[in-house]
Amino acid sequence: MGINLDLSEVPIRENRLGAITGYSGSIKDLAGSSSGAGGCALKNRERTLSQTSSCSSGCCQGMLTGIRGAAVVNHAPLGCSGDTIAQNMANHFGEYFRGWEHTNIRLINTNMDESDTVFGGTEKLRNGIREAYRRFNPQAIFITTSCASGIIGDDVKGVVSELADEIPVPIIPAHCEGFRTNIWATGFDAAFHAVLTGLVQPPRQRRTELVNIINFRGRAKQTITDLFAQVGLVPQFIVPFASVDELRYISEAAATLTICGTLGSYLGTALEEQYGVKYIKTLPPHGSLGMDGWLTGLGEATGKQKEIAELIAREKEKSRTGLEEVRSKLEGKTAVIGMGPSFGHAYIGVLQELGIKVLHGTSWHYDQQYDHGALPAATQRLADGEEDITFSVGDQQNYEMINHLQRLKPDLYFSRHPGTSVWASKLGITAIPVVEEYTAFGYQGLVNFGWRIVDALTNRHFVTKLAQKVKLPYADWWYRQDPYTFLDREAA
Amino acid sequence: MSGVVEEIRNVCALGALQTVTAIERAVPIIHAGPGCGQKLWGALSNSNGFQGSGYSGGHSAICTNSTEQEVVFGGTDKLRETVENTLKVIDADLYVILTGCTADIVGDDVGDVARGFQNDGKPVVVVETGGFKGNNYFGHELLWDAIIDQYLEKRPARVQQGLVNVWTVLPYQDPFWAGTLITLTKLLKGIGLTPNVIYGTGSGGSSINAIPDAQFNLLLSPWLGLCTVQKLEERYGTPFLHYPVLPFGATETGRFLRTTGEFAGVDAGTVEDYISQEEKQYYYFIERAADLLFETRFLPGHFVTIADSFYALGLTRFLVRDLGLIPEIQFVTDDVPTDQRARIEAEFNDLGEGIATRVVFGADGATVRDELAKVTFRERPLILGSTWDRVIARELKGYPLSVSMPVSDRLVLNQSYIGYDGALSLTEDIYSVILSSFQ
Repeated sequence: MGINLDLSEVPIRENRLGAITGYSGSIKDLAGSSSGAGGCALKNRERTLSQTSSCSSGCCQGMLTGIRGAAVVNHAPLGCSGDTIAQNMANHFGEYFRGWEHTNIRLINTNMDESDTVFGGTEKLRNGIREAYRRFNPQAIFITTSCASGIIGDDVKGVVSELADEIPVPIIPAHCEGFRTNIWATGFDAAFHAVLTGLVQPPRQRRTELVNIINFRGRAKQTITDLFAQVGLVPQFIVPFASVDELRYISEAAATLTICGTLGSYLGTALEEQYGVKYIKTLPPHGSLGMDGWLTGLGEATGKQKEIAELIAREKEKSRTGLEEVRSKLEGKTAVIGMGPSFGHAYIGVLQELGIKVLHGTSWHYDQQYDHGALPAATQRLADGEEDITFSVGDQQNYEMINHLQRLKPDLYFSRHPGTSVWASKLGITAIPVVEEYTAFGYQGLVNFGWRIVDALTNRHFVTKLAQKVKLPYADWWYRQDPYTFLDREAA
Repeated sequence: MSGVVEEIRNVCALGALQTVTAIERAVPIIHAGPGCGQKLWGALSNSNGFQGSGYSGGHSAICTNSTEQEVVFGGTDKLRETVENTLKVIDADLYVILTGCTADIVGDDVGDVARGFQNDGKPVVVVETGGFKGNNYFGHELLWDAIIDQYLEKRPARVQQGLVNVWTVLPYQDPFWAGTLITLTKLLKGIGLTPNVIYGTGSGGSSINAIPDAQFNLLLSPWLGLCTVQKLEERYGTPFLHYPVLPFGATETGRFLRTTGEFAGVDAGTVEDYISQEEKQYYYFIERAADLLFETRFLPGHFVTIADSFYALGLTRFLVRDLGLIPEIQFVTDDVPTDQRARIEAEFNDLGEGIATRVVFGADGATVRDELAKVTFRERPLILGSTWDRVIARELKGYPLSVSMPVSDRLVLNQSYIGYDGALSLTEDIYSVILSSFQ
């Protein structure tokens, strides 16, 4: 049993999963040295120069503000709610393609000020919770913490138990102080820990048709619903856009899939350990091989091996000639990739399926093992592959990436997360941000993604002209240095 | 005690890092936790008109990404090392260290770190902008206090007649800031002055260095920057003109140009010639608009602004005095200092024809919702606010146009609503919202 729901806070990924943000080497070395592969465990390498990363509270609030019927109280100064604007945009987008009425996310910031840092901010927090209840009439209230509330030591737990009699809905703290961890994905775990400890109930029944899908926005909801209907399964998309009531009984599902291993590890594993909901640990569904792994895992978990094998064969056949055609256009192109670890490792596989040669990969962090104890399947696949490629880990350190790109001059740069691909494009490199989580989803998604790349390579006017006119902020000196000059040799 | 805030319309003091980003070849060095830079850039730029990362902003802003280590043992060593390496890697004219909550609560002696570099002749400035100290308007003023104290040369002014330092809207918070500065430059040049504009394209360090030499500081702002121009007056003896209304449209722009021209000692004939030349073109287009405005059933009812004092006040003046609309209630969201509120409220009611409007100070979305719920709108209201307000606008069957942070439903490049051309552009946008609402 890896996951302990009796803890008030989820242990950070550095301690739980051996997660690191500093590494330079090769993908085979990375995988082979990982604790999840029985290696001696990699030590993180600190930087003596860094660019702004992201913190756990963004990931945490991103999940919690998406829950329908819940409210969030962000116990923090105003700036800590800066991410809520992008979250509201994502919320509107999700409502739009679901055909739902537009609403704003329901979050209250307690607006901590100087006196709170001196005298404590619990009164503000109490007020915030009461206001959230009064304004939104929510079915649950989550509290997200901040560096300020954490350092001054506000007794969040105490406030919650004080208000338990007054406010008749669950009040659930999610601890996501930015300074606690270098790994922003710890914020997903903090949100899911809150959902697991504050909302999820033991199953009343087992729903053998129901499959949880842990994802971000659910853009492929209809596609997956139609696909699963062919084998008698029903997907339930969590956590954003799921209601408080739906989340209470995710324990009743037969299995849990995730679009992203980084995202799903904690929740999927916890549901399996606590409630016997099988967590599918095979490849995420990016590209054809990813989809094979994802669906095969689903077949095994639900006892539908035969139906799903037939489904795979049917679906694959539909896109076979399309894949051959687009692959012939991309064969031999070169790429560098920078993404979160689950997407990054999986997308190296996606690019290889399209015939693109990956020159270098970077992941924004790296989990040496997932919560179920093993190496991520996508990492294992790369470790088992014939080719080794140089690989680094950095929390969106653009200066390292730009140095690398300048040397390697790839045809393409693939990224995820805002604030990275634009810098490659300023260097004149065709940059393709994989913003949408279902971009190269499965068989047809792979083909469509291939055509998107073909389009990007076909008209390079924009990036070429941009690069001619824009100066990047780096001194010439920097381009002559090793990209990892500021990555300490000494292990911390 | 400051109240809770739903639907944020500004951020914390560390948001001043975007002011630094607005200065050409100036770069922020954030000494804070790992998420501050991303969240503040996201709120002020990436989700607010999509204003971009800039030269070394966004995820390229240097940051110590402070964690437990720096909180428990102090972060000055990490900061010193970071600044040292930044000076090697990042090519810039000005490096501004801005602290966040972690450093300020722990009490890192960041002044000492900065002084070390300053003593070596490095263009490094430090400002303590821990998020709990105030909002980003406040942080912006702290930043200027620091730049004046630590960077501007302590020397007698070499006054250049006609040179005007321009202090106005808050960069990035106002998604139209860049276009607004371009427009202001044109207006001031039009009456024969030489504007010294600090932010945006083609300015930067040389504009900062020229600050002491201006004939006067022009503060085109309801209140923001008042302490900056007062400080410059004390330091360099530079007088300032405080014009409290951002000029949208012919009425206010004319008044602004006349007031400025008179203060600067510009020949009145030059000013009048310029105004009449601009007005001729402006009214050519306004006359064209008159057909739509007077011969259509699609007119807005009373208007509401939900914006900072620059926009709430300036837009109210324009919509009443130029477009002939009726104000209902105006929400002022920039946490105007209490001692300035009565004066600013009076400015709101200088509307002519005995017209008055309700003014509510505060940034909490619930206040907007609750106050609007009390109003009876007989026609579909015009709601000039933020993207948050599109939801309430839908409920009220209003016409929404996002003009104040956050503006996540529009791309804003060089557009501005101020002056003559800007007001025409605003008129186009307002009536395009109305006309496209049913077709």
